[in-house]
Amino acid sequence: MPTTTIDGNEIHVDDEGFMTRYDEWTEELGTALAAQIGVEMDDEHWKAIRFLRRDFPVQEETPTLRRVATVGQIPTKQLFSLFPKKPAKKMAYIAGLPKPRGCV
Amino acid sequence: MNRLVILGTGTAGTMIANKLRHRLEQDEWSITVVDRDDEHHYQPGYLFVPFGGYTHEQVVRSRRAFLADGVDFVVGSVERVEPDEDVVLLESGQMLPYDQLVIATGTTPRPDQTPGMLGPEWRRSIFDFYTLEGAEALAEALSRFESGRLVVHITEMPIKCPVAPLEFTFLAEAWLRERGIRDRVEVVYVTPLDGAFTQPVASAHLGGMLEERKVHVETDFMVERIDTEQRMLVSYDEREIPFDLLVTVPLNMGADFLAASGLGDELNYVRVDKHTQLSRQFDNIFAIGDASDIPASKAGSVAHFSVDIFVGNFLEHIAGLPMTGAFDGHANCFVESGHDKALLIDFNYDTEPLPGKYPFPVVGPMDLLKETRTNHLGKLAFRWIYWNVLLPGRPVPLPALMSMAGKHIPTSEHETKEA
Repeated sequence: MPTTTIDGNEIHVDDEGFMTRYDEWTEELGTALAAQIGVEMDDEHWKAIRFLRRDFPVQEETPTLRRVATVGQIPTKQLFSLFPKKPAKKMAYIAGLPKPRGCV
Repeated sequence: MNRLVILGTGTAGTMIANKLRHRLEQDEWSITVVDRDDEHHYQPGYLFVPFGGYTHEQVVRSRRAFLADGVDFVVGSVERVEPDEDVVLLESGQMLPYDQLVIATGTTPRPDQTPGMLGPEWRRSIFDFYTLEGAEALAEALSRFESGRLVVHITEMPIKCPVAPLEFTFLAEAWLRERGIRDRVEVVYVTPLDGAFTQPVASAHLGGMLEERKVHVETDFMVERIDTEQRMLVSYDEREIPFDLLVTVPLNMGADFLAASGLGDELNYVRVDKHTQLSRQFDNIFAIGDASDIPASKAGSVAHFSVDIFVGNFLEHIAGLPMTGAFDGHANCFVESGHDKALLIDFNYDTEPLPGKYPFPVVGPMDLLKETRTNHLGKLAFRWIYWNVLLPGRPVPLPALMSMAGKHIPTSEHETKEA
């Protein structure tokens, strides 16, 4: 399992850079990961990311866009403007969670 | 007398009823199955209907006729389950108490969930092929289609039979070619995924097949609404895709009664353990087939393989023993590619579809991830196997768990297109 150093912290990541250890994540790290993909975090971004962090340990998987919209109550349209083009992937990346599973 | 109630008599529900009837004593267990009608559809057959391949009669049979003696069949719609009371309520007012409940109510296309889809253009220029009526209406529309933009579209994952939209595209492309009008039609494939398919090796391979056929692929497209006046798909990030003929796969959802019963997730799928398919909330409720939230394809083959594991587990569970079988998410899907050829893919939770031979190494006779006529004949033969071997619960000589025998793991250069 590769590791990488972000903002002075060594973290475990997969081939695409998604963090693989839930407990290695901090909000500071989230801010640094966001900056890497061109997202500047504000309150609205954090509302989504904190939902992902809360939901993951309960559901044991990264929430889908639909789940963030319905259960997390952030409209899909807004998620696309906060995390342009690929919101589900970008949110997972920033939140230090596995890439959302492609449903086969 | 113990009571087993099974909701839904599709592939999973029918197989379970038949297999368990042979394993549970008649004087110890009653088995009651519920469905809203008496029409069992061979859903893989829908794919061929738009091209005049199958008739209504070839894909519809009586549900009751496939149930073993000693299985009670109740026709009715489920209002809700009361899991704390161990009872199922039907809309008719009938109550069905249970000791064990199996939910096998599948997943259903829901065009009502996307604004504009069910509007004035529904079944005029917008069609689905995941219902028999939709596939039949599409056959009619295609026969009149001479030129323009044919757009094949997936609303959101997960969907039932995730390879079917690709198959439809390959078949449509071949069909246009056979009619001599391919050069007058622009074919576009629109997907919320970031490639033709989800798994890297198969996605690269199938994506290459779309490219060869000059099908334009629009990825990462999450539809917000359909503009029926201008006839175009509009995404959440405001991209627009105009169409003359839209073949869409609407949002798929589990049954509404599951939400009303507090058993469903945001798409009404029942949360279960992915190896045993026992509910995560209730110790006497299982969900099998498309109705569950397991991270596997929503497909008949998955239902079939998981039932093989489930039966042993269920018998252990009711005997108060730990369940020793562990389902691996095994799926096995033929992918029609046009001109009487097909590919075959075989995969599970942990192993993506790979090239090779199936079911036996070297001799096959099926080729994995490769277009052959043998695979196509396999797909056609499967309809007979489905009605005559699978549904009655007779053993199909294929292992339930996926095997690596005969599979090749490709080296890095040609497969890992971004998934």
